[in-house]
Amino acid sequence: LSHGSGGKSTHNLIEGVFAPAFSNPLLDAMDDAATFRVDGTDDIDHRLAFTTDTYVVSPLFFPGGDIGKLAVHGTINDLAMAGATPLYLSVGFILEEGFPIVDLRRIVASMAQAAKEAGVAIVTGDTKVVQHGKADGVFINTAGIGLVRASWLMGQAQLEPGDKVLLSGPVGDHGIAIMFAREALDIESDVQSDTAPLHTLVASLIEAAGEGIHCLKDPTRGGVATSLNEMALGSEVSVALDEQSIPVHPEVRGACEILGLDPLTIANEGKLLAIVAPGVADTTLQAMHNHPLGRDAAIIGTIQAEPPGMVFLRTDIGGLRVLDMLVGDPLPRIC
Amino acid sequence: MDSVTDPVLQRQRILIQGIVQGVGFRPFIYGQALHYGLVGFVFNDSQGVTIEVEGSLLALASFQRALREELPPLARIDSIATESVQPCHETTFVIAHSQASNQRYALISPDTATCDDCLRELFDPADRRYGYPFINCTNCGPRFTIVQDVPYDRDKTTMRTFPMCPTCLVEYEDSLNRRFHAQPNACPLCGPQVSFYDGGTTISTTTTNDLIMRIVQQLAAGAILAIKGLGGYHLACDALNTEAVQQLRQRKHREAKPFALMVPDLNTARQLCVVSAAEATLLQSHRRPIVLLRQLPNCPVASGVSPAYNTLGIMLPYTPLHHLLLRAFTTALAPGSLAVLVMTSGNLSDEPIAYQDDDARTRLAPIVDGMLTSNRDIYMRCDDSVMHISAGNVQFLRRSRGYAPEPIPLSFDLPLPLLACGGHLKNTFCLGKGRRAFVSHHIGDLENLETLTSFKEGIKHFQNLFDIDPQAIVYDLHPEYLATKYALDSAIPQKIGIQHHHAHIASVLAEHGLQEPVIGVAADGTGYGTDGAVWGCEIMTANLLGFERLAYLTYIPLIGGEQAIRQPWRMAAAYLAHVYGSAFLEVAIPFTQQLDRAKWHILAQMMSSHLNSPPTSSLGRLFDAVAALLGLPQGLAQSNVLYEGQAAVELEMQATYATDAMQEETELYPFLMDRIEGQMTTVLNVAPLIRAIVNDIQQGRTVPKIAYRFHCTIAELLAQACHEIRKQTGLSSVALSGGVFQNRLLLEQLITRLEAFSFQVYTNRRVPPNDGGLSLGQLAIAAAQLRAI
Ligand SMILES: [Fe+3]
Ligand SMILES: [Mg+2]
Ligand SMILES: [Zn+2]
Ligand SMILES: [Zn+2]
Repeated sequence: LSHGSGGKSTHNLIEGVFAPAFSNPLLDAMDDAATFRVDGTDDIDHRLAFTTDTYVVSPLFFPGGDIGKLAVHGTINDLAMAGATPLYLSVGFILEEGFPIVDLRRIVASMAQAAKEAGVAIVTGDTKVVQHGKADGVFINTAGIGLVRASWLMGQAQLEPGDKVLLSGPVGDHGIAIMFAREALDIESDVQSDTAPLHTLVASLIEAAGEGIHCLKDPTRGGVATSLNEMALGSEVSVALDEQSIPVHPEVRGACEILGLDPLTIANEGKLLAIVAPGVADTTLQAMHNHPLGRDAAIIGTIQAEPPGMVFLRTDIGGLRVLDMLVGDPLPRIC
Repeated sequence: MDSVTDPVLQRQRILIQGIVQGVGFRPFIYGQALHYGLVGFVFNDSQGVTIEVEGSLLALASFQRALREELPPLARIDSIATESVQPCHETTFVIAHSQASNQRYALISPDTATCDDCLRELFDPADRRYGYPFINCTNCGPRFTIVQDVPYDRDKTTMRTFPMCPTCLVEYEDSLNRRFHAQPNACPLCGPQVSFYDGGTTISTTTTNDLIMRIVQQLAAGAILAIKGLGGYHLACDALNTEAVQQLRQRKHREAKPFALMVPDLNTARQLCVVSAAEATLLQSHRRPIVLLRQLPNCPVASGVSPAYNTLGIMLPYTPLHHLLLRAFTTALAPGSLAVLVMTSGNLSDEPIAYQDDDARTRLAPIVDGMLTSNRDIYMRCDDSVMHISAGNVQFLRRSRGYAPEPIPLSFDLPLPLLACGGHLKNTFCLGKGRRAFVSHHIGDLENLETLTSFKEGIKHFQNLFDIDPQAIVYDLHPEYLATKYALDSAIPQKIGIQHHHAHIASVLAEHGLQEPVIGVAADGTGYGTDGAVWGCEIMTANLLGFERLAYLTYIPLIGGEQAIRQPWRMAAAYLAHVYGSAFLEVAIPFTQQLDRAKWHILAQMMSSHLNSPPTSSLGRLFDAVAALLGLPQGLAQSNVLYEGQAAVELEMQATYATDAMQEETELYPFLMDRIEGQMTTVLNVAPLIRAIVNDIQQGRTVPKIAYRFHCTIAELLAQACHEIRKQTGLSSVALSGGVFQNRLLLEQLITRLEAFSFQVYTNRRVPPNDGGLSLGQLAIAAAQLRAI
């Protein structure tokens, strides 16, 4: 039913099907990109980062972007989260028979521009056309290679109690923009997708905080809730969030109120979570604030030892609410 | 009598299981043996009590009768096994030393209210425990909340830090003393002491009496205090003081949900509320639950205690400290003024009740004017139980202090030790072994981290206390329940998922030992259905092995999921849209005139594009919808309700304001029962009912009248549906469960109608009909299914 929606069922699919079949140390780290050296040694310097992702968004064009831009940014961001400077991308198209050529041109132009702006080259590609009804317009796969700038281990296994959780900006914009576009809801709104390449922001964070950065993650499908839960499980720590400190645009908050959704479970395409050593938290925050993509960044929480594997929110009256990843659709639990 | 020369000398070995330890059972046996001239011995072991008695047949028969009929107040016998053995010709009866064994089946008794003997001593100036707030004996006092481990011995309780003085020790070791092996036994010389913390300093130098006088003076002057009780802290203030009550609401962040009260005695309760004989019995029982009682018209309690309710939740003092406080509070007030204390759980909003001193200081000290605490630790948090009398029977709304961890006996052996994880809110879990189901104390809302932690720790504690190593784990089908996630992540390999409403009905079957199929009526808020929809008014044929859903309420979208539960106006609009189509906006009633059209427009789009709008057959949501149509909850037209079920509760309250004349007019609203083509299934169609209510609103009929008619109509609808199902199936027993049956008017109306149809009706008596009873139902179903394999 909901295996693609990004929450716990995707997590279960990965854990249950793919991870055991393909198991190897690089994959098992479960980070956004694999990092390794071409010479096969374990040296930490001069590693490459390698990642792939497939994009199936509907609608194909939405306020703030389109599927092509998303496909370029998404893979750049997965490389960036490994602390890498993205270098080269590949692109694969699966087109449904009869897909309008004007739309395809528009998407391709958007991809070219996104790649150019980000300073990466699309160097190889592939196209397949499938029968009408076998795909939904166009699906795009991108893969990417980057050069890792971080000379220390980063990833969701590196969290330590005491670390601070930073968020680069308001959450939920992309998911809400998509939802409005897809459902044609008559909400007066100028919520735009936040899709953006995050590698220059990451470069400035690495510059500012160095190995104090323990983990970077872009909270895409399943939102901040899913990303943080994956990290809590990966490092067997808990994440304590301060509800009031989490930035959310008022329009997004209002939309969530009407739709009955939690902004923390909604997808972002231009935000990152940085888990950093407490000593560099302020420096990192300052570096975010100095970058156009991190102007509204905030420290939103702390890593704790107990209880392992849990994410929870400190609510405004001081209660502690468990924030889990969604298994599927958010069916009510109030009886 | 000289038994040795008796010509019909017999000897019996009697094994007794049940609550027989720490409740004065052995002294009782000793006394009875002496009384009937028997010789032999008695001892405790981890399975219960073993007795050997020797004497004449007649004397043995009398002894056996006394065992059944004259038990000490806290003892409960689950089984007696008697066998004849060779006489040994002793000359005395002795209490032998306890024997340890590797099984530890002995039951921990619930915490119990101060007994009459202790109460007499408490207020007897000549007694050495005069005014001592921790007086107790084998017939009363703390148990479950202080036990850390088994076997139940003082060094395994939080009393282990108080070595007994010589006088207490003599009592403790004297098998004829009321305090023989009373583990929490203590006196002012050797036992725990109270102290007072006023934010800056801890005052414990004054005598207890001075301290208590000082506290009641503060309460009389309008202060809000935290008071450490048996299973946690209470927040207390003078319930007649409007300002203090309002202050407490603000500080506790609890806007509307009623506060519980404590009064010194039944007489005071009668000056506030109507108290029937059954309610008086419940109030005064040694379990001392909070009992919901109907307020008298001129009830002097501040209206902020229980806004919009015509009931009050009242309890009587259950610890010596409560008795001292309430008695002193009476003297601190102006003569003739009633002593009524708000005693609400010590927490903010919906957090779990504070029970550890450090935590209480952190969480409660900032919101109170002082804390009355003590140095006796609480090991297990345990909330007050809440009950009422409904349709002539006791009904639990929350089963906790005074009842947990007493097991619920089952009518069959569990094939394996089992753990059932219960629901998401109002959670209890249930561990079972043999013929016993240990339903936990009230755990609460698992979305709260601290509650989730106490759920996990509570399970471990119960496993240890009752020596249960579960071989299968049972859970609700809702994939987002944290109890379900706990079960699925558990190391126990065998996992069994149970449908929510089947579990509700099974809780009744388990309580009553019903094996044969019945007609089950689950009237509920929401539960995960096997078709992925949100169920909540399911009429089924069911036994413990399975169920078949034969009738349910028309599906209506929950627009915005949980948001539609928090905002009943969404349900009202969804029902109107279902009945009238988009033209409902033109229906001239205040509800549609006040509806935010722009917001509704988006909701309508969500509904048509199925965006977060799962279909529901919930009866609770129909109550919400009708409440919102009538403008309830008052003053909250389009905002969130302030607590779960508020709209439905206010609808029930309004219905109880219907005059006798209104009640006598028996005309019901119309409804339809639509048979689904080619199936056995009936859809209960309330569209005509909604139209008729809208019409009544337009005619200017009063809210109480409409609310009353609505309750009667739903009762009739459910009774008719059962009647139809009897025609199909021949079944004539009905089991009722689900949170909606906390509604007394509905339950009474439905039972009356079902009995008029000659149905045999079963309801929950030992666990709540709400989700607090789910774990028992889950356990029973899983056991039946495992046995059938
Ligand atoms: Fe329920
Ligand atoms: Mg990715
Ligand atoms: Zn006593
Ligand atoms: Zn003593």
